[in-house]
Amino acid sequence: MTETFYDVLRRQGISRRSFLKFCSLTTASLGLSPTVAPQIAHALENKPRTPVIWIEGLECTCCSESFIRSAHPLAKDAVLSLLSLDYHMTLSAAAGEQLRANAHDTIEKYKGKYILAVEGNPPLNEDGMYCIYYGKPFVETLKKYAKDAMAVVAWGSCASWGCVQAAKPNPTNAVPIDKVITDKPIIKVPGCPPIAEVMTAIVTYVLTFGRIPELDRQGRPKMFYSQRIHDKCYRRPHFDAGQFVEKWDDEAARAGYCLYKMGCKGPTTYNACSTTRWNEGVSFPIQSGHGCIGCSEDGFWDKGSFYDRLTNIPAFGVEANADKVGAVAAGVVGAAVVAHAAVTAIKKASEKSGSTKAEGK
Amino acid sequence: MSIDGRDLKFPKYVWEAPVRIWHWVMALAMVVLCVTGYFIGSPLPSVPGEAIDSYLMGYIRFTHFAAAYVFTVMLLMRAYWAVVGNKHAREMFLVPLYMLQPSWWRSFFRVLGHYLFIRRENDWHYGHNQLAMAAMFGMYLLGSVFMIVTGFAMYGEGTGMGSWQYNLFSSWVIPLFGQSQDVHTYHHLGMWYLVWFTIVHLYFVIREDITSGLTVVSSMISGWRDIKN
Ligand code: HEM
Ligand code: HEM
Ligand code: SF4
Ligand code: SF4
Repeated sequence: MTETFYDVLRRQGISRRSFLKFCSLTTASLGLSPTVAPQIAHALENKPRTPVIWIEGLECTCCSESFIRSAHPLAKDAVLSLLSLDYHMTLSAAAGEQLRANAHDTIEKYKGKYILAVEGNPPLNEDGMYCIYYGKPFVETLKKYAKDAMAVVAWGSCASWGCVQAAKPNPTNAVPIDKVITDKPIIKVPGCPPIAEVMTAIVTYVLTFGRIPELDRQGRPKMFYSQRIHDKCYRRPHFDAGQFVEKWDDEAARAGYCLYKMGCKGPTTYNACSTTRWNEGVSFPIQSGHGCIGCSEDGFWDKGSFYDRLTNIPAFGVEANADKVGAVAAGVVGAAVVAHAAVTAIKKASEKSGSTKAEGK
Repeated sequence: MSIDGRDLKFPKYVWEAPVRIWHWVMALAMVVLCVTGYFIGSPLPSVPGEAIDSYLMGYIRFTHFAAAYVFTVMLLMRAYWAVVGNKHAREMFLVPLYMLQPSWWRSFFRVLGHYLFIRRENDWHYGHNQLAMAAMFGMYLLGSVFMIVTGFAMYGEGTGMGSWQYNLFSSWVIPLFGQSQDVHTYHHLGMWYLVWFTIVHLYFVIREDITSGLTVVSSMISGWRDIKN
């Protein structure tokens, strides 16, 4: 299999014109200079394609669902044809042992050259029995497939942070994949699910350049995760003006004011929603009138209600935000001060009467 | 020197001018930070009209950040003065070192005993007593450094990757806390920590002024500690 990406496309009847369009679109979404587009085209035409093996652990398949809805029709056809040929349980035509044999062939043939894409994560309790993959705990497959991979892509918040299955009290002890795979570069693409265009662009980047994109300290590609939703939100002028939705059915909600007071997590969430948007750029949650829930952030399930601006303090176990804890404790401190002052005054008074008595003796 | 400090020589110049200036400017900045910070967390009711006509949240945040810079620069200046200033300018910073000496703890428990109404007499000191030192270090100083570190980490998120605030603070503070929302929560809690300190501080400053027989409140204005007649 020394086919290039371009060969696959041509075989599928895609014109050169659309191929070049795809290259420029991807260049733009990666934030690269337009002069890079020919470079991408050249790489895709000449380099033998890099196989991708896509495995699914404890997950809901929302990442795959998002992926196949990539805006540019070519992007999904192209990248999908690349992936499904090798291994993707939900999307491949083959199934069962036959499909698995494909994966093993690829691993054999492309040792150290294939990309492992992981959707979902491994639960570790009870020796990993909460997620069984071909009769064995998923964590074993994960380790085995990762061993000879060139790089690993962690799709979604599950693989990146743990997501809902790792939310407290996390009975199965589901962990992000970087707790299990420690010796490979891991590209985290968090989101529940991640944005389709972000996913395809990252895959294309790796396939084109044969290396992983620049990552931030938490392992996310900088080009899509270096800014918060709030930084590019189109409702930001209302935030700065101090114009907030106070209730879901008020005038401000209709006027499209800022959702900060309704618990919008845009100010603390790193993702590309407010620039790339969803479903072919149609909209994104805030544009549809609902605050960001922070789905691409670590542990977003455990911060209390999605509708509170001040979130719960994890350390206290009970429902308490910083203002509740702070004000109650300030009340206690205040009361203690008053009590101390009272005792001091009484002591002083009794000392005084004591000493006047002594003097008057 | 006797342990109850009754043989200390007064009047004594304790708080030098830079310490006094720092104290009052810093206290003012902190009040501004608490008020604006509270309204960042729980904003005022919505402003009517077009967005272009108002900038309320923007001004509140700007005031917070301006006061934050004043607060930070003041603390840096104060740390510098601890190096070049008198012995009392160093007190607040050296508490962990003092704590290594058994005699510090003996004095500490004497002071504690007084405040628990076990011991009648109140020891005299030129600078702070041991309980005050512990609070100045553990609550004020650590609390302030925490606020500066978490505050600049959030500030760096706005100025963006590559800015010095981001490189110096956000880049490591945010992963340390887990995510940005947690930094907000703990920064907010830190405000309350400093509010608790301030309540206790005000109480003890006034109490000492009335009961200790030494000048206390006026010492942070004139710099001199003296025996009250
Ligand atoms: C005495 C010191 C300070 C106090 C009491 C204080 C208080 C607060 C409070 C209560 C909040 C709201 C937190 C929330 O619920 O999201 C806040 C936000 C913030 N503070 Fe401070 N702060 C202090 C110092 C600083 C410093 C030194 C900086 C450094 C620049 C800073 C920068 C910020 C930033 C960037 C925010 C977030 C603003 C936003 O999300 O729009 N603060 N502060
Ligand atoms: C936000 C409010 C305030 C904060 C954070 C604060 C903080 C501090 C700190 C950290 C010190 C120790 C100085 C050092 O060791 O160099 C101090 C000393 C002092 N402060 Fe404040 N202060 C505040 C408000 C006030 C107010 C309103 C008063 C006046 C009633 C006051 C009176 C004093 C006095 C008299 C001292 C010297 C205490 C002594 O002699 O042991 N402070 N303050
Ligand atoms: S709606 Fe959310 S992301 Fe947009 S400006 Fe308001 S708080 Fe920020
Ligand atoms: S707006 Fe926020 S919650 Fe919604 S998809 Fe984007 S990151 Fe996730």
